Amino acid sequence: MSRRRAPCWRQQAAPRRAAPSGCFRSWYLGRTTRGLLSSLHRVCLSPVHRTLPGVPLKTNGLCCCCLSVPSLDASIARVMWTLVGRGWGCARTLARWATGAALGPAPTFGAAPESWPTCRVYSSAEFKEKLDMSRFPVENIRNFSIVAHVDHGKSTLADRLLELTGTIDKTENNKQVLDKLQVERERGITVKAQTASLFYNCEGKQYLLNLIDTPGHVDFSYEVSRSLSACQGVLLVVDANEGIQAQTVANFFLAFEAQLSVIPVINKIDLKNADPERVENQIEKVFDIPSDECIKISAKLGTNVESVLQAVIERIPPPKVHRKNPLRALVFDSTFDQYRGVIANVALFDGVVSKGDKIVSAHTQKTYEVNEVGVLNPNEQPTHKLYAGQVGYLIAGMKNVIEAQIGDTLYLHKQPVEPLPGFKSAKPMVFAGMYPVDQSEYNNLKSAIEKLTLNDSSVTVHRDSSLALGAGWRLGFLGLLHMEVFNQRLEQEYNASVILTTPTVPYKAVLSSSKLIKARRAVQKNMIFIDQNRVMLKYLFPLNEIVVDFYDSLKSLSSGYASFDYEDAGYQTAELVKMDILLNGNTVEELVTVVHKDKAHSIGKAICERLKDSLPRQLFEIAIQAAIGSKIIARETVKAYRKNVLAKCYGGDITRKMKLLKRQAEGKKKLRKIGNVEVPKDAFIKVLKTRSSK
Amino acid sequence: HWPYCEKRCSYCNFNKYIPRGVEEAAMQKCLVTEAQTLLRLSGVQRVESVFFGGGTPSLASPHTVAAVLEAVAQTAHLPADSEVTLEANPTSTPGSRLAEFGAAGVNRLSIGLQSLDNTELRLLGRTHSACDALRTLAEARRLFPGRVSVDLMLGLPAQQVGPWLGQLQELLHHCDDHLSLYQLSLERGTALFAQVQQGVLPAPDPELAAEMYQRGRAVLREAGFRQYEVSNFARNGALSTHNWTYWQCGQYLGIGPGAHGRFMPQGAGSHTREARIQTLEPDNWMKEVMMFGHGTRKRVPLGRLELLEEVLALGLRTDVGITHQHWQQFEPQLTLCDVFGANKEVQELLEQGLLQLDHRGLRCSWEGLAVLDSLLLTLLPQLQEAWQQRTPSPVPGG
Repeated sequence: MSRRRAPCWRQQAAPRRAAPSGCFRSWYLGRTTRGLLSSLHRVCLSPVHRTLPGVPLKTNGLCCCCLSVPSLDASIARVMWTLVGRGWGCARTLARWATGAALGPAPTFGAAPESWPTCRVYSSAEFKEKLDMSRFPVENIRNFSIVAHVDHGKSTLADRLLELTGTIDKTENNKQVLDKLQVERERGITVKAQTASLFYNCEGKQYLLNLIDTPGHVDFSYEVSRSLSACQGVLLVVDANEGIQAQTVANFFLAFEAQLSVIPVINKIDLKNADPERVENQIEKVFDIPSDECIKISAKLGTNVESVLQAVIERIPPPKVHRKNPLRALVFDSTFDQYRGVIANVALFDGVVSKGDKIVSAHTQKTYEVNEVGVLNPNEQPTHKLYAGQVGYLIAGMKNVIEAQIGDTLYLHKQPVEPLPGFKSAKPMVFAGMYPVDQSEYNNLKSAIEKLTLNDSSVTVHRDSSLALGAGWRLGFLGLLHMEVFNQRLEQEYNASVILTTPTVPYKAVLSSSKLIKARRAVQKNMIFIDQNRVMLKYLFPLNEIVVDFYDSLKSLSSGYASFDYEDAGYQTAELVKMDILLNGNTVEELVTVVHKDKAHSIGKAICERLKDSLPRQLFEIAIQAAIGSKIIARETVKAYRKNVLAKCYGGDITRKMKLLKRQAEGKKKLRKIGNVEVPKDAFIKVLKTRSSK
Repeated sequence: HWPYCEKRCSYCNFNKYIPRGVEEAAMQKCLVTEAQTLLRLSGVQRVESVFFGGGTPSLASPHTVAAVLEAVAQTAHLPADSEVTLEANPTSTPGSRLAEFGAAGVNRLSIGLQSLDNTELRLLGRTHSACDALRTLAEARRLFPGRVSVDLMLGLPAQQVGPWLGQLQELLHHCDDHLSLYQLSLERGTALFAQVQQGVLPAPDPELAAEMYQRGRAVLREAGFRQYEVSNFARNGALSTHNWTYWQCGQYLGIGPGAHGRFMPQGAGSHTREARIQTLEPDNWMKEVMMFGHGTRKRVPLGRLELLEEVLALGLRTDVGITHQHWQQFEPQLTLCDVFGANKEVQELLEQGLLQLDHRGLRCSWEGLAVLDSLLLTLLPQLQEAWQQRTPSPVPGG
């Protein structure tokens, strides 16, 4: 029914579509089949909680995992679990939240279609003139975020909200407008948070609704926590079919601990198997939110989306800020534009900022002059000023994203303020070697990595070199997905082809770990039945056990029904040993590994087997051995060639035969010799890439 | 090249077609035309051997074979003792037809026997039985005594060493003076390849194939056969002249759809050896022959180094290897010792007894012949390096 109205906006479609002002704006590419991605499963490994500043973790293990598995039938109901990270069982605080947000059921916003034309006043065509943001007093501002488990419809809901408020034109093509990166659209995840200011007229008042999109993955949990600290409330989107999943729980607690109002939104009620009542009950049971507070919508069809906006206005409090105080602004995201430098996304907690102001970064103590301020609409839209409680962007001649670190506080020159709490520099959790596939591409790759890290200060880069792979880098990432996304962006945006070695985790001291979980050295912490066919399990894992393929294994064991989430839980001691891999008695430097003592044998055996599969046979026998010190713990043998000659070689076969031989000879030049054994580069890569600890 | 077959064999990826009806007269005319055109183009005076391959050339009419031979003899000198081989598939009634081919000028037969096990023959998609094979072999030997060759395959899926050796022993009772042992290679696009991919058939075990090959060649040596090439065995001097030419990098013309040739088109004034391929599809090839006199689709001039690489890779397939005289025909300046004498890796191969370099030339040992492709991975780059160091940078156009 809303489609009738569409033509009003359509005429403005053209300018928006051109878009790419920065580097990575591939808007309308659409979301391709996820099945195309080899490491598909890990994509979904998207939780939102790790360490929330100011909220000390209660668990003192290594890594908490959340598993959620709905049952297929009663007989296997025991295997089904879902599970939460931390803070589970804080019933007291939970209740406090519940009263704070219980404002009663939201009135249906039946008048919505009629109110649209007023929204149009603020739609993009009108923004040619600079906006006067002073028209929005604090009480008319709502800062909120949408959080959800992967694929529960967060970005689609954002699209609808943008359309409803006339922020973007209502067309068929609005698919995940805020997900600008190609990788985001392909994987259906949000990597780089995008913010949009929505202007909304309700009962005669003009509201400024700042939608602060968040990345949906634990790897980016620090970014999420910073984004959330600029909010007063969240929309917690839950799929009416899938119900509460691991990240739903994680997200809820993140918001809950930040003392934000939580508005549960049950999405996809249009689906055939949707069971909103069941999900309502789950929400009531798990989060203690009365079921009548849930808003049931279909973001895809636009059903009931108006009442979400209404709830945002009614249930989320305005920010508690003071326009009169000196400026205090939180940097909650930053991007790099090659023409304008760093664009910092800021939330103003106090004061006012305008062009020409001199501002200081609390972290670096550097002073800058503000060149431009504005709101995100979702493109940058300059304004005269930004006022306390508002959210927007700021350009101030910063040349590197490191100068605008997420969580940093900006204040006016000579008017220092207490920095906002919770700032910390990004700390990599997962490390991997990155090498050009061909050494001649080293310089291209180098410049691509440099460009990409301009936009992502959380990646650490150290030069490294490997005998097998040549010159490369050791990169530190916030997490696995972060690493994969970085790799994918290198490939897609810079056409770089790289070899990524098995990720490793930092070993400070040492690490100590259904069957899968036991094999992973896990310690069960908690188990809660969410309803009759869903259970949540909480385990403590060594990070190195889940960093490579745990999620893949979990998904295949549970036929895709389990979901998983994790957070950092510090270091613990464990018995680790150094394991060498030998080829005919010579150590292979690339394959030296640190493994848990109990698993050395099985890992050593697996590596030897893998290596055996990827080593070409030679004219002599090759012994592949795994050794701890001088003790051999595993051995495989590659037998010598007894026959290696093409059987038929007559007139018609010669060209083909010569080509094949020359290609092989060319390949042989690239082999690395370890002792007398010739090893193809990809043999290491195959072993490194697929090393599993099963 | 006769491009037609009765049925597709499950392992074969050659350029062949299952015809609904062959216009043999037109085909014959085109083969004759192309043979004449290419002979003139090559400026060749004397033809040492003719090989009718396919496809299944024994399905062509003996008249066609006769016409082609006639055309060759008219355009160049075809001595009476030239080797004229026909590839023939075993049939249930081989007699009269083979005799007609003999009358047409064929004096050597190569029989695609492949196996003496009916299950294996079915697996390979052959139309004949083991019984047909032996009957055809006997008939061929009667018609072409001392000039019959048989092919035996090894390394089939699920094939075991013992039974295969049994087949070889049985074949030794019946065969003539020439035998070829071919290891099955699974070629993409064949039915057998697909079946192995899908897991319907077990993948051939290379270890077992190697065992069959090693045991087989030993058995044949015992039986008085000389392994004069990787896959070819002969006794009483019954080597195939035609195939020997390939391994010695002689000149040969390819006639028929998809045929390959390598020669210097001296008739056109050129002194560069070319690799030539004729158009693959019979219909298109015929059109081209009718329009231009030949159906050459691709001509690739071979550089001097490329030719030397072929001399090396093909020559080492034979038991005599590359003699110094032979090498000198192709490369007068750089000797075999210049190229390989000082190289450390080659030295290792010599020490391991896989390769021999002496006053006669360069050749594989008995053990080395079985792993020639591994040896070539050392030899070819060494040849390239020696070539680049010796020759001043090539003059453009030269």
